[in-house]
Amino acid sequence: MKRFALLFTFLVGGLLLWGSTDFPDWNDPESPASTYVSNLYITQAYEKTHVPNLVSAILADYRNYDTMFETTVVFTAGTAIFLILRLPLGPLARRRNTEHPEAEPQTLPRDPILEMACRVLFPPTHLFGLYVLTHGHYSPGGGFQAGVILGASFILLAIAFDLRATLSRLPEGLFKPLTALGVAFYVGIGVVCLLLGKNFLDYEGLRAIFSGISPQMIRSHGILLVECGVTVTVSAVIFAIYTNLVSRGNHREGL
Amino acid sequence: MTWVLDLFLLLFIAGTAVAALESRCLLTSSIILGAYSFMMCLVYASLGAVDVAFTEAAVGAGAGTVFFLATILRTGRKTSR
Repeated sequence: MKRFALLFTFLVGGLLLWGSTDFPDWNDPESPASTYVSNLYITQAYEKTHVPNLVSAILADYRNYDTMFETTVVFTAGTAIFLILRLPLGPLARRRNTEHPEAEPQTLPRDPILEMACRVLFPPTHLFGLYVLTHGHYSPGGGFQAGVILGASFILLAIAFDLRATLSRLPEGLFKPLTALGVAFYVGIGVVCLLLGKNFLDYEGLRAIFSGISPQMIRSHGILLVECGVTVTVSAVIFAIYTNLVSRGNHREGL
Repeated sequence: MTWVLDLFLLLFIAGTAVAALESRCLLTSSIILGAYSFMMCLVYASLGAVDVAFTEAAVGAGAGTVFFLATILRTGRKTSR
């Protein structure tokens, strides 16, 4: 069976490599990927949105629905892990806690070097996350990456100290609603645009609120607004997944 | 001279992938997968897709490895083979 699996792997791998010879050359101007809309984006995106990083402009303006539903997917993943792992209080919780006696919580001793390193690292990590979010218009970065970095900074706190101390700073009652609030903020921007007489997520509708801004700049600001929603959702989901995984859902003992 | 870098990355990616599959200790596997993610991040960067490389470094190598470690802590380190 294992031999067959290996043979099959090599067969499919060879087929894929053989198929890749039909691809157009890299940097080929005649390739299908660079003949239809990408020319339009490359030539017009900066004039229409004033965002030098084309990836941000396409992600959060031209391909807005994709990003909105990606954020919803992240939220759904966090909620699914929450529903599977987070224990209800009561008899079910006690039963599931005694199922794996050999994998009972191992509390690790506290390490002063780790704690000091975390003290030094935590503020710059946080600041870097905010920088990645707000500078996503000009350099690589944006909502998703910023959210992961912010969530990881809280995970760092939970690893270096303990989970309970971190959860007292950032309680579940705070980060669990934040996972949904980020998505709601994103969709809310779209609904506001709709109510102000434009298409869903057409940021030019926001000019009625922020008066005196050019139609190009309002698209740039709209991108920043929706990226903020993405960041809130992703950071809260990353931290929620970590806390539920590491404590097997009871939020008592962490790594 | 970029083919030297590409060849090095290809060998390293294939090596880490096989090592992660063959390792009996899940902790080792997940750390090797983190190294694999960093190599993929370098590939994306060398292709010019810096945003994708950034995401791969943050999600694949950072958050993913931490999730694996958290799960291993609560289940077990050995594969059942």
